[in-house]
Amino acid sequence: MALILTVDDSASMRQMVAFTLKGAGYDVVEAEDGQKALDASKTKQFDLVITDVNMPVMDGITFIKHLRAEAKYKFTPILMLTTESSADKKAEGKTAGATGWIVKPFNPDQLLAVVKKVIG
Amino acid sequence: MAIDMEQFHQVFFEESFEGLDVMETGLLNLDNGEADDEEINTIFRAAHSIKGGSGTFGFQAIADFTHIMETLLDEVRDGIRELNHSAINVLLKSVDCLRMMMTAASDGSDVNDDEVKINFDALQTILGAENTSAPVAAKTVAVAADNAAKAWKISFSPHKNFMQFGNDPIRVIRELSTLGSLSGQVDTSKVPDFSDLNPEDMFLSWDLQLKGDASKAAIDDVFAWVEDESDISVSELKSAEASVSQPVAAPVTQAAQPIEKKTTTTAAAEKKEKAAVSSSIRVGIDKIDDLINMVGELVITQSMLSMLGEDFNMSRLEKLQEGLIQLDRHTRELQESVMQIRMVPISFTFSRFPRMVRDLSEKLGKNIELVMHGENTELDKTVIEKIGDPLVHLVRNSIDHGIEMPEARIAAGKPKVGTIQLNAFHRGGNIVIEITDDGKGIDKEVIYNKGVEKGLVEAGAKLADQQIYDLLFNPGFSTATEITDVSGRGVGMDVVKKNIMSLGGAIETHSVKGQGSIFSIRLPLTLAILDGQSVAVGGDNYIIPLVSIVESVQPKKEQLNMVAGKGETYKLRDEYLPILRVCDLFNIPDAKAKKLEDGLLVVVEADGKHFGVFVDDLLGQQQVVIKSLESNYKRIEGISGATILGDGSVALILDIPGLIRMSD
Repeated sequence: MALILTVDDSASMRQMVAFTLKGAGYDVVEAEDGQKALDASKTKQFDLVITDVNMPVMDGITFIKHLRAEAKYKFTPILMLTTESSADKKAEGKTAGATGWIVKPFNPDQLLAVVKKVIG
Repeated sequence: MAIDMEQFHQVFFEESFEGLDVMETGLLNLDNGEADDEEINTIFRAAHSIKGGSGTFGFQAIADFTHIMETLLDEVRDGIRELNHSAINVLLKSVDCLRMMMTAASDGSDVNDDEVKINFDALQTILGAENTSAPVAAKTVAVAADNAAKAWKISFSPHKNFMQFGNDPIRVIRELSTLGSLSGQVDTSKVPDFSDLNPEDMFLSWDLQLKGDASKAAIDDVFAWVEDESDISVSELKSAEASVSQPVAAPVTQAAQPIEKKTTTTAAAEKKEKAAVSSSIRVGIDKIDDLINMVGELVITQSMLSMLGEDFNMSRLEKLQEGLIQLDRHTRELQESVMQIRMVPISFTFSRFPRMVRDLSEKLGKNIELVMHGENTELDKTVIEKIGDPLVHLVRNSIDHGIEMPEARIAAGKPKVGTIQLNAFHRGGNIVIEITDDGKGIDKEVIYNKGVEKGLVEAGAKLADQQIYDLLFNPGFSTATEITDVSGRGVGMDVVKKNIMSLGGAIETHSVKGQGSIFSIRLPLTLAILDGQSVAVGGDNYIIPLVSIVESVQPKKEQLNMVAGKGETYKLRDEYLPILRVCDLFNIPDAKAKKLEDGLLVVVEADGKHFGVFVDDLLGQQQVVIKSLESNYKRIEGISGATILGDGSVALILDIPGLIRMSD
């Protein structure tokens, strides 16, 4: 089963994402900021990465840039969680190497629909 | 898949309240000019997280309110806007308002809609009118422009680098196929010879026809992620021009409905009663690791002992004793570690004071600096929760009655800015919290005279300093000549003392006139375990908290007195102690000692007075784990809880102040 990394400094959002994905049968690893996520990405090969944008220590955009630069993540789908108000964040994220985005707020069904779309 | 979002609410509320504290601290630092860019980022992030979470977990009103705060903070972060003192005030008030809304959402209490509106409007005024168009309106417009056709012609040619960034044309086509019946041709003409083919590049393009009711917006949505990495054109198929203009009106009303519905359902969800909110505690991994280690040790000891037990003979007695000593040590260590989990730093309580001191000193026109030490001193979570209000009261008192107005300070040769210090530290087995101010101090004479006037002290009586200060904590005692809405009218100091006593603590006052005062609160480290003296009454054991016990005596008949109106008293040295018979108070018919000289008298102290608690017999002293009677059975006057003894029997813990009230 696909292995997914979810990155968010908000425990409730992270848990909701992880719970939803685990419920759908995916394996999930949680990280609370970009740096921790980057560390986790080195020891495992994730099939999909879902990351928040605004985080302490290392923000989502920087994390995506670093992750995309890794050879083993060149083609891995990376989705960012963003709010409607930040249209420019989407562009910034795309430039950094994000595959797409999920607009907050979202519900578990919407999340699963996007994840299924990306990794089947 | 139906997921119960409520299971995440507790975590969401906790992190949101933490976020609000972070925002408050950050804003205060901004106001003091101590902030850097990271501080603003931190405040912004907190607002952003609350907004994202509240939207996701169905608290739309909170999301809307936070949205406008976030917009404002975003402008500050981008350097478009600067925050002046009054804007920070508005933001601080908004933090309060959000806290109120969050509390309402978490415990089902009412939202003060007026307050929300006032703060919302204040934020909007700062932001200016141009930014306030609600996102909802924009959505409706977008939908209105949308029209559904029966068939679409789609040309999709991904760029050469399309496969980078995790894109996949198959994903796009698969998603398109969910919108209707999809057919088309793939153009492979650009695919090079195998020797020139770079598998990471994209060479294909597609011409597709989509039949069905898909809207243009839905199709655009499919391409949203890849529009920069491909050439896309979507146009209506001319052959299927059935009814293009007709459905324009319909989707608009359709779209408007769900939006309205959403607001009503979320409002209902927010109002929903949530009586049984369980509180949780965050524990560092290292503490958990310690625990696991210790349990491991315990398991080893247990297996060693059970091996010993399998074929035991007296030659192995020494081994058994060794094992039991180990068991004792591991159990104690485990107990200490578990207690450690409940410990939280006192900064949880202290963190509210910078804001409070700032607001109050501004209101009173005083200049006050707050200095805090020992914020990392840890206390039991329950103690932390209960000590908050007394501390607030004492700090308010120091601000209101302690620190003088700037002019008075200058006249007294003191620095214009007064200082209040909060200090927490360990002393013995206790935690001490000191509230120190360099204000005008407590005038002993004024208090003494007031005590005489109120009939609390006999005129001419000689009192020690501490006894005079203790008068402050008498119900109804107030020395403030004017009643202010800051520290009230002296109902409070007695409650402060009562609350501290109920935590098993004590408060001491020191003051030098003209130089300032120190209120020193001593608290036990934990409420979960107490040192107790077990006593026997009838067939049952009871526990008397060791802290209340002064001594135990064997009563002599000649020292016994009956005082009219006061019942039995016992003359111990020069004092007459009222006697509390546990057997009478709890109607225990099988008490062995009927006559006083057959039993024992445990002398206890409560509210500065001594009493004799009459019991059949004294047993041992031991540490007992307190179990709440209230949550397992019901509240009983005179009993503060229960515990389970070594032999498995239950012993009730006597509540000494409660017993005294019962006997009155």
